[in-house]
Amino acid sequence: MKIKNILTYCVISSLFLFSLICIWKILVTLQGIELINFNFNKLFIFGIILCVINLLVGKKFNLNIKITLLALLFSIFDYFISINLPIWYSFGIFLISLFFFNTIKNYDKKFLSKNHSSQKLFFNFLTLFGITLFSFVILFPFYMMLVTSFKTQALLLLNPLDFSINFAQGLPELFKSYFIVFKDYNFGRYMLTSTIVSLGTVIITLIFAIPAAYAVARLKFFGKNFLSTSILIIYLFPAIVLVIPLYTIFSQLGLRNSIEGLLIVYTATTLPVAIYMLQGYFKSIPKELEEAGIIDGQNWLGIIFKIILPLSLPAISSVALYVFMIAWNEFLFSLMFLDRPNTFTLSRAIQFLNVGAETPRQYLMAGSVVVTLPILIIFVYFEKYLVSGLTAGSVKG
Amino acid sequence: MSSKLAKIEKRTAYLLILPSVLLVFSIILFPIFSNIWISFKNVELKDLRIPEPRAKKLVKSIKDNPNQIKVIYKLRNSSLTQEITNVKFKDKYPDDIEPIDLDNKCQFKSNLLKCELGNWPKKYRENLEIVFQNTNNQEISKKELKSFKPKLSGKSQNILLTYEFTLNNFKKVIKDKAFIDLLSTTFYYTFFGTIGAIVFGILAAQMVNQKFFGRTFMRSVLLFPYVAPVVALAYTWELLLDPTSGTLNNLLINYQIIDGPINLLGQKYVTLNILGFDFKLRLALTTVIIFEIWRYFPLAFLFILARLQAVPKELYEAADVDGANPIQKFLNITLPQILAVISILFMIRFIWNFNKFEDIFLLTGGASGTRTLPINVYQQGFSIGDIGMGSAVSIVIVVFLLIFMFIYFKLLGKRADEN
Repeated sequence: MKIKNILTYCVISSLFLFSLICIWKILVTLQGIELINFNFNKLFIFGIILCVINLLVGKKFNLNIKITLLALLFSIFDYFISINLPIWYSFGIFLISLFFFNTIKNYDKKFLSKNHSSQKLFFNFLTLFGITLFSFVILFPFYMMLVTSFKTQALLLLNPLDFSINFAQGLPELFKSYFIVFKDYNFGRYMLTSTIVSLGTVIITLIFAIPAAYAVARLKFFGKNFLSTSILIIYLFPAIVLVIPLYTIFSQLGLRNSIEGLLIVYTATTLPVAIYMLQGYFKSIPKELEEAGIIDGQNWLGIIFKIILPLSLPAISSVALYVFMIAWNEFLFSLMFLDRPNTFTLSRAIQFLNVGAETPRQYLMAGSVVVTLPILIIFVYFEKYLVSGLTAGSVKG
Repeated sequence: MSSKLAKIEKRTAYLLILPSVLLVFSIILFPIFSNIWISFKNVELKDLRIPEPRAKKLVKSIKDNPNQIKVIYKLRNSSLTQEITNVKFKDKYPDDIEPIDLDNKCQFKSNLLKCELGNWPKKYRENLEIVFQNTNNQEISKKELKSFKPKLSGKSQNILLTYEFTLNNFKKVIKDKAFIDLLSTTFYYTFFGTIGAIVFGILAAQMVNQKFFGRTFMRSVLLFPYVAPVVALAYTWELLLDPTSGTLNNLLINYQIIDGPINLLGQKYVTLNILGFDFKLRLALTTVIIFEIWRYFPLAFLFILARLQAVPKELYEAADVDGANPIQKFLNITLPQILAVISILFMIRFIWNFNKFEDIFLLTGGASGTRTLPINVYQQGFSIGDIGMGSAVSIVIVVFLLIFMFIYFKLLGKRADEN
């Protein structure tokens, strides 16, 4: 039992280390460095030796010193078996092995004598591997978007596999596509329109939703249950079934190609979810606070403004951020309603760029970065609020 | 006293919800019902323009006579298909100006020229010429005359408001040979997109539910595809998958995994040979599904992670005591705990994927076997220009949607009963 555990530990760990090294080597070849072979046998056996050493040393002395020494040992070994490689390559190997020995530092004889420890080990490595894979698959398109926007047409055609950003060419040259996108393609204007539309949607939605959500959460009236169910049902109706009638009505009313028209539609489509999210939160506010307000002689408006609103700021911010995100990312209605470039939102403008005559890819990607970056920054910064907004409202999308 | 208070409460409630109800009614519910109306009509995109009577005003001076001037109105019906009835014309003139010789359709009274121009058939054009003179024998300023714009009004039949109905749209939708293909593509896309997103969501949630360095950051990163604008992502993918200069094809060729480039978004079928059997895979559709999974698994991940974190630790501890291995723990503890979330998630995502428009539209535009029902709505309504047909297709979508919603709420109700 124990022997089997130790063997699986060694093999799995070493294989994991080797696959990490392989990924690094593949990335290195893309930078133009020739690798003759991956040295599977030597690295694998040396990896097993180091894993055994790690096991034997256990927790006898400082773990940090142990992992640094092991990682150093491994990178020196790799440096000697692979010839003519730059120092940054070996540094990468060192960092990877540091990460690897850090994850296995806690495994000692005691751990391996437990039940299922080999399975546990296997799943631990699988998790680590999965995390690297998932982050790579997620981040790679974003990275390519950024890299492409920093390139020139000639460089893009010369080597499509060059993933590096050349910082040496100076900032004006690096950001050339962005200058062109803002200057020649009018992206400043589109950005302004997008901002106005998104902020406007947030404000109007909140003005409509807060009173309605309060009424649904607190007041008794005929048809309340019906209303709260229909909010959910309406929310499930997709934009595509609204598009044709809204298009016909809006073109006859002359509301197409106007920001007002867009604002009305965005507000109406986000209103159900905003009410749904807010009323849930309002219900959780203790009723006694409002009763105290009534005794103090407040009317309904006073209660909403002086008691409910200050208490539910977190919920309101998450609704606001969620609505902002929907409005900023919205595409279908802006495609249908906006034909004239002077009313374009960012999403519509990028689509227009792509459809229009041969727009160079670096400009398209620069535009994509311009539309993506604000929303990602907002997301990372207000992650807590947005995640709770997403979980509450993300049935749609 | 209390009944009076209840009355006030009721009134306040109605007052508070009224604006929202009105807005949602006019922008969401009313259009859904007018969809039914439009789907029974023979309406095309070009019919949507309301016919307008138009007049262009030209001012011409008359030779050797500076106190007389000729005004020409070029009149036309803007519509190529519809007639305008009872056209009325109005234009203002400066003081001290009089028409010399007036058409009997027109009247001139206190600086105002009014005409009754009758009925205009489609494509109608006419010129109206009137000579004016200054009563004080002074020169007439052309600029001043031009500064006034004529106003026209007329009645036209709005094709949307007539009571002529037809069943042709629905007949065309159902009799269309491609309809079965359309449905199967839609279900294929919806089903595999949903299942894939949920499977990857479970995997990601399982991983992030363990403690490791950079876990909160990882959670943010996993949500990136869902948060970022679809336009940017779709075009980035298009760039990555491009057959000639795309990164993926170049990588695969570079490592000699494939011989020549594959047009992942433009090729309808690819033949795979698995165990000696030739197997036809719908390539472009599969690529679009993969994009769909990539973009929406974060959502499943978020839901499942929230549920996983609520699973009591004691359950796992008890399993440890019993000597269960990790797979047994997942199958016997984790899976039953998240099953309810998964079923809800499946229904919701199924409904949404069924209606997904943007992703496919941006990636392939519905070409090479990726035409789903929502894409068809757009193509019928706006590419072909047959609004009635587009409406009929969206009614088909609504019918499916109502069936799904019925099942969904049944499921939701059942779950509520269990709790």
